[in-house]
Amino acid sequence: MSGKTATIESYRDIAPPGTIDIVYNLSRRLKGKSFLHVNSTRLGGGVAEMLLRLVPMFTELGINARWEVITGNSLFYKTTKAFHNALQGDKELIMPEMYEEYKAVNKSNASDLSLDSDFVVIHDPQPAAFIDFKPKRKKWVWRCHIDISKPQRGVWNFLKSYVSRYDGAIFSLPSFAQKLAIPQFLIYPSIDPLSDKNKELSAAEIDSELSKFGISTDRPIILQVSRFDKFKDPLGVIEAYQMVKKYNDCVLVLAGGGAADDPEGAQVLSAVKEIAGKDKDIFVLDLAPDANITINALQRAATIVVQKSTKEGFGLTVAEAMWKAKPVIGGAVGGITVQIVYGRTGYTVNSVEGCAYRIRYLLNNPHLAEKIGENGRDYARKNFLITRHLCDYTALMSAMLTG
Amino acid sequence: MKDFEFTGCIEIKELLGEKADNELQLMEQLEEVALDSVYYHTHSYFLRHFYLAGQYPNDFANWAALQVRDRVLGEKLGIVTPSGEKSLEDIRSELLDIIDAHLSSIKIIPSVVYGESFYFMKSRIIEIKTGVSVKDLAGFTDALKVVHASAIYNHIFEARLRIRKGRSDFATWLEECLGLDSLAEKLERIDCYMYSLEDLRAKIIDLCQKEIAG
Repeated sequence: MSGKTATIESYRDIAPPGTIDIVYNLSRRLKGKSFLHVNSTRLGGGVAEMLLRLVPMFTELGINARWEVITGNSLFYKTTKAFHNALQGDKELIMPEMYEEYKAVNKSNASDLSLDSDFVVIHDPQPAAFIDFKPKRKKWVWRCHIDISKPQRGVWNFLKSYVSRYDGAIFSLPSFAQKLAIPQFLIYPSIDPLSDKNKELSAAEIDSELSKFGISTDRPIILQVSRFDKFKDPLGVIEAYQMVKKYNDCVLVLAGGGAADDPEGAQVLSAVKEIAGKDKDIFVLDLAPDANITINALQRAATIVVQKSTKEGFGLTVAEAMWKAKPVIGGAVGGITVQIVYGRTGYTVNSVEGCAYRIRYLLNNPHLAEKIGENGRDYARKNFLITRHLCDYTALMSAMLTG
Repeated sequence: MKDFEFTGCIEIKELLGEKADNELQLMEQLEEVALDSVYYHTHSYFLRHFYLAGQYPNDFANWAALQVRDRVLGEKLGIVTPSGEKSLEDIRSELLDIIDAHLSSIKIIPSVVYGESFYFMKSRIIEIKTGVSVKDLAGFTDALKVVHASAIYNHIFEARLRIRKGRSDFATWLEECLGLDSLAEKLERIDCYMYSLEDLRAKIIDLCQKEIAG
């Protein structure tokens, strides 16, 4: 986020017409109500980034908003990391003592924190067991940010015993919904158009960032921004680029991070670097987690943005690229199929060949690429900005508290 | 003379946890789901598409055409228009008849192979005053340029469903309060199910401006 915190009014000319008035009018019903978010980290990751912006916005609307963070020991974090992987479909062995530690850490945190708010949103599995300590007559919702479409049953059944006692659950995509007796709501994640990652940059600022890596804009830039993770398929992107390169001169930029604390990611990065080392037109940038301005500049300089994932929840990088009016080519998986309107805001592809074909197609049809980029910006404006997220939460809170 | 007060709306999207992977499952689930779900996948489809009208104007048609890749069923379902004269039960019936007839005419049930399943959802609509109120046509035209697109949805699509008269709030006010029968009639003749909300906004503003210019 930029040094100065943006007010809600700063979004008036960015959000779709009338949005800010709708937010103000809706929030009048909630004046004086209290709203608490609980998650497991104040820094790093999409959830913290989002709460950092949303909580002050709720306060500005006259809602008494708070954000609390739970703390735990290494066994607790090892357990919740295992939960996270298992819920996303990986095989994980959870020992009985791990379940016990999870319950104990939740109990101790719940007794240390004030949970007495009218509306409480508990984010992700880490504090889900807080439901044991819910005061009467308050509304509690569990907000799931991860892909639980194919969870490991044992872990889900354990978590479900807590989730099913909430007043509702929120998921990021329809495919994440579960068989639950409580209402399940769909709220897409969002991006902040005034954050360092998405704010407008001058041409000089963009050039300055690119020059740090020796990237020139005299040829089309194909960009993928994502962790060096096998599910983001950076090797597939390189293969597609190599197919394109036979016909169209361009450069490929693979920008990401996350390899430092992830042995599997380090292997992927190493493989990517080995291939890239043989081609001076492939730039592999292992960026720091706070390199937001750099990512912003790369996205703005790109001709086409690719997100060729083979597994994806909601692709924030897709929303970011659309907001910057870039045509996006994404893997036809998960949230990307919801984010990209085929042929209107980009293309979803199912193979390396499909990706290569669509890159060539857009490189050779620059007017169409521009139109698709403009459509994408409009689509992101309506669907993926933080102002829509604010509306969604306020509406849900209003419906659950006032009926 | 009564002022026109623009009222917008927000849709709370509820997931039902039910899905279909082939057209028979779609039909079976559609027979069972709450009418709020029929509303979500047909009527409020327009509320979710401020800028870009999809290939077809309801989720069932788009799923058949894009996810199952059965363009024949997509085309047949795409013509189902959730106009105000029909109840949600009528729309459900129409959709079921089409799917049933389609499945009876083919030997293999088309299924999702590479695409996404159909996830049944339902809507809860919350109405919200925009705070914008107008007295005359000039004010109405100016307000249309700045109000939230959901107000256009609310006063056209929702109004027709709510009172089942096949008439929008805009046309009713223009005729009854301003005596602009001809403009009201022109507004009613717009095939609004063929437009995104932003295109519809532009179309109505254009008609109003022509009326003002005489």
